[in-house]
Amino acid sequence: MSIFKYASPSTFYPLAGKIAPWFAVVAAMLGAVGLYLGLFRAPVDFQQGEVYRIIFIHVPAAWMAMLIYLVMAAYGVMALTFNTRLSSMMMEALAPTGAMFTVLALWTGALWGKPTWGTFWAWDARMTSTLILLFLYVGYLALINAIDDKKRADKAGALLVIVGSVNVPIIYFSVKWWNTLHQGYSVATSGSSMDPSMRMPMLVMTFACWAYAIAVALWRVRAIILEREKEAAWVANLYVASPPKTSGARA
Amino acid sequence: MNSLANTTPEMLVISPENGVLLAFRRDYRLAMRSRGEIIQALVFFVIVVSLFPLAVGAESALLKRIAPGVVWVAALLSVLLTLPRIFASDYADGTLEQLAMSPYPMATIAAGKMLAHWFTTGLPLALVAPVLGVQFGLGTSELGVIVASLMLGTPVLSMIGAIGAALTLGVRGGSILMALLVLPLYIPVLIFGAGAVEASMAGIDYAANLSLLGAGLLLGALASPFAVAAAVKISLD
Amino acid sequence: MNWNEFFSMGERAFYVWGSFGAFALLIIGEVVLLRTRQKKVRQKVNT
Repeated sequence: MSIFKYASPSTFYPLAGKIAPWFAVVAAMLGAVGLYLGLFRAPVDFQQGEVYRIIFIHVPAAWMAMLIYLVMAAYGVMALTFNTRLSSMMMEALAPTGAMFTVLALWTGALWGKPTWGTFWAWDARMTSTLILLFLYVGYLALINAIDDKKRADKAGALLVIVGSVNVPIIYFSVKWWNTLHQGYSVATSGSSMDPSMRMPMLVMTFACWAYAIAVALWRVRAIILEREKEAAWVANLYVASPPKTSGARA
Repeated sequence: MNSLANTTPEMLVISPENGVLLAFRRDYRLAMRSRGEIIQALVFFVIVVSLFPLAVGAESALLKRIAPGVVWVAALLSVLLTLPRIFASDYADGTLEQLAMSPYPMATIAAGKMLAHWFTTGLPLALVAPVLGVQFGLGTSELGVIVASLMLGTPVLSMIGAIGAALTLGVRGGSILMALLVLPLYIPVLIFGAGAVEASMAGIDYAANLSLLGAGLLLGALASPFAVAAAVKISLD
Repeated sequence: MNWNEFFSMGERAFYVWGSFGAFALLIIGEVVLLRTRQKKVRQKVNT
């Protein structure tokens, strides 16, 4: 079972420790480049003025919010079908970051909305579904934190996210449907007609967020692995090589 | 306790239909034995709906406009409050474990339980709703649409709710947590259900909304028994 | 372009910097929280 070799927390722990810094470096570099391009190089939008620069973080945040939930659902499927503990740990590691990006998407959307459409919050289809997505993240986190038995929490969380991810497109469709019925706000995004000098920073920032999310998730999964396996022999061996100074004195 | 007390001899033949039938009959009879709970949920529904005129004023045009949403939100909350009934007492007295060990597939038991839950909550709600609609000044055809939308939509509420109820079995703070898990998933049903009534009030075609509810019902009927069965197994482990 | 002009963002400083600021704040906050979590669990494992 070579594929599952890295599905064991004890082999994944050092691996994650090795690759996480690389993603962090990539995230920092791409973030710097993206911010430079977005804040200094991209021209002023002739309709919205400077405030349009918010989309350089708003759009990546909104994409990450959705993507991370779907990745969690994929891990959920793995957790339930192959019964791999690491998949559930990855879900747990990704959820806070996903929720954070969802909050950011909502926050930046509101701050973009006020000067652009004159209101902080419009019940626009996209913003409403993002809000519901936040509820889904909160529900997952609440569920896994409420269940003391880790094994059960893992599986319950996996099932909930799978059910939720089936619902995500339905929710999006229904909210859109509701939005057209009520003729509410619809925010025109000039996605395709966007100037390359404006699209580039957005893409770079998206990749930066991507790398950041991976780095943070790997980092967090390491903490989760240690928290859960602190009794395991391999964890004890990890620190044999470099025992803390105080323990030697006490013994 | 009263685990398999209502079994008839022919139900002992193991087949999926019998699993559904067994669970349905059992839960239905238990619910009928404590009819008070069913009535309480209905009274809750009526009270919540009656609060709105008091809160927003009795102006008839306004009331009529908000009626579909109010009735649907109240129905949603009433169903939510009754969800623990599906599994909680069976979980507490160990019956659920027995049912899980019975030769009937868990999915069929889950299906029977959801069906019984709908019969004792969603269906009565749909039948009471027209009275409330009249209070909000809805016309006859709109009342018909309200009943139809609730008939199609509340089974989906029972199905999604059963997943939430099963996942939170025996969890501390379970009922508020369950609401947190279930309510976001209820949103599409709310939108299409209230939307159907609103469309009929606006004189536009409401059939699309009802068909979408029907599609949701079909999808739920196909998928939810397995999801609920998985959730029950997770909680029993 | 001078820096004053840059920071005023065409009279929209509150919105633009409110967004970028929140973004930076949340990311830094997450990293800091994660660090303390990591430290805490390391200590627990070590003792």
